[in-house]
Amino acid sequence: MNARRINIGSISFSLVMGFLAILAVVLLVTPTIVVIVVSFTSSYSLRFPPPGYSLRWYAALGDAWQLQFAAWNSLTVAFWTTVLSVLLGVAAALAIARSDSLKAKVLDSLFMSPLVLPALAFGLSALMLFSLVGLPISPLTLVIGHTIVCVPYVIRTTVAALAQLDTVLLESSASLGASRWYSFRRITLPLIRPGILAGAFLAFMSSFDNVPVSLFLRDARTDMLPIRMWQDLEGKLDVTIAAVSGVLIVITVATLLVMERVAGLSRRLR
Amino acid sequence: MAGAFPAVTRYDMRLAAPLAGFYLLFFIAPLVLLAIVSLYADVEMKSFSLAQYVRFLFDPFSLSVLASTLWLGLKVTALCLVLGYPLAWVFTRSPKWAQGVLIIVIILPLLTSVVVRTFAWIVILGRQGIVNNLLLSLGVADTPLRLLYTDGGVVVALAQVQMPLMVLPLITAISRIDPNMLDASSALGAGAWRSFFKVTLPLSLPGILAGCLLTFAAAITAFITQSLVGGGQMLFMPMYLYQQASTLSNWPFAAAISIIFLVAVLACVTLFNVLGRLARGHVQA
Repeated sequence: MNARRINIGSISFSLVMGFLAILAVVLLVTPTIVVIVVSFTSSYSLRFPPPGYSLRWYAALGDAWQLQFAAWNSLTVAFWTTVLSVLLGVAAALAIARSDSLKAKVLDSLFMSPLVLPALAFGLSALMLFSLVGLPISPLTLVIGHTIVCVPYVIRTTVAALAQLDTVLLESSASLGASRWYSFRRITLPLIRPGILAGAFLAFMSSFDNVPVSLFLRDARTDMLPIRMWQDLEGKLDVTIAAVSGVLIVITVATLLVMERVAGLSRRLR
Repeated sequence: MAGAFPAVTRYDMRLAAPLAGFYLLFFIAPLVLLAIVSLYADVEMKSFSLAQYVRFLFDPFSLSVLASTLWLGLKVTALCLVLGYPLAWVFTRSPKWAQGVLIIVIILPLLTSVVVRTFAWIVILGRQGIVNNLLLSLGVADTPLRLLYTDGGVVVALAQVQMPLMVLPLITAISRIDPNMLDASSALGAGAWRSFFKVTLPLSLPGILAGCLLTFAAAITAFITQSLVGGGQMLFMPMYLYQQASTLSNWPFAAAISIIFLVAVLACVTLFNVLGRLARGHVQA
């Protein structure tokens, strides 16, 4: 009798957990599939399922010079943001990763704070600062603003990689007469490289997708892709956006699979 | 000689100086400036007073925007937890190959552009979208329902956008639980439900709190999803801030909104952190 009750309990438990988990997976996957399907529509509307299929909206991308211009700006800014984030972030991660001092803890909290604070408030404040010191809005101000919100990713993954580094390796290297710089180049750097790579990838994606900071720090000459898309969607429901989204999804999935292989990305996100 | 060893495993604190300087110039200085601008009494920024804060804190409309933003965050966090926890639980019990597939499903939304994800919800919830087509063909509804620009639509869309932030810390927390604990629980006669609520759930509390913090902070500041799925009818703090700063060029009031929003977020973060510390103490005890 008792065994039977436990059995019913465990079956109902597994059913409920399984059902909710499947619901979560459906919720996570559906939007991506919907966008891909609708981007191949042959009609002018976003009707789902589409009345017919064609490549016309992908072909229309060739003439969408505003979107191309914005995409190029976003790529350029994301590239320089990543370079700056890696240079500043890896150096800072080396300094704080192995220290238990209060100073290191305070710096760590400071460097991570842009992740939880409302980025829109930071974007506004950065605009205020740049207009106060008379620095005109340019790709440079965008790169500076983006770096503040992207560098936490580099620090997080690099600190985590450094925490897993076996210090015995560095001690042996030093006892065998290697200089600190030599040990860094030959031991530390190769071992933490996947961590840096994962951080750089996250910083790049986060800059490329950034809206709250770009909203305040760009103008017509430095139009950014997510903002261009957002404004297109606010005005009219343009099917060209579906094709842009399709392209972005394919690129994201491809780079995600590559990064998972070379840098073990998913382990570094946990 | 032995004393020299620890030194080679550490790096000079001065390596953090460039980034600390960068933060001082471009993060701390702007936020200080934001606080100063919020203290101007008028749009021309001539005299100082607390007028902007008084205006916000005694205005029922502004207070309702703040309240609905925090309430939205709570609803999204709750939905993410109810769906995300079972997903994380199933993940930790899946074979290796299934975990490989699931983890891609979980992190793909995190890396897909927020505008793209939000656009998907416009297609799904629209008048000619999947949900309406399904309801019409099943005969549940006679005319297309208005799903876009509703509270429920915003919550579901935000839940999808922020779900990975909830699931990833949960996976870490649940996989850290000693399996012996569950064996002991069932050996002592507890059923699956009882073991879950008495062992698994309490022991994963640090992960729950970490996930809730990230989801909540991201949901209340999700400008794009809030404005596109919510439409013009619903106003939340990020859009309120943006309208005041950009359309109306009222910098002092926009700055005050920002500071109030920052303080509200910081208060929530602190609350979660305190709870997290208590939970960790509880788990280790």
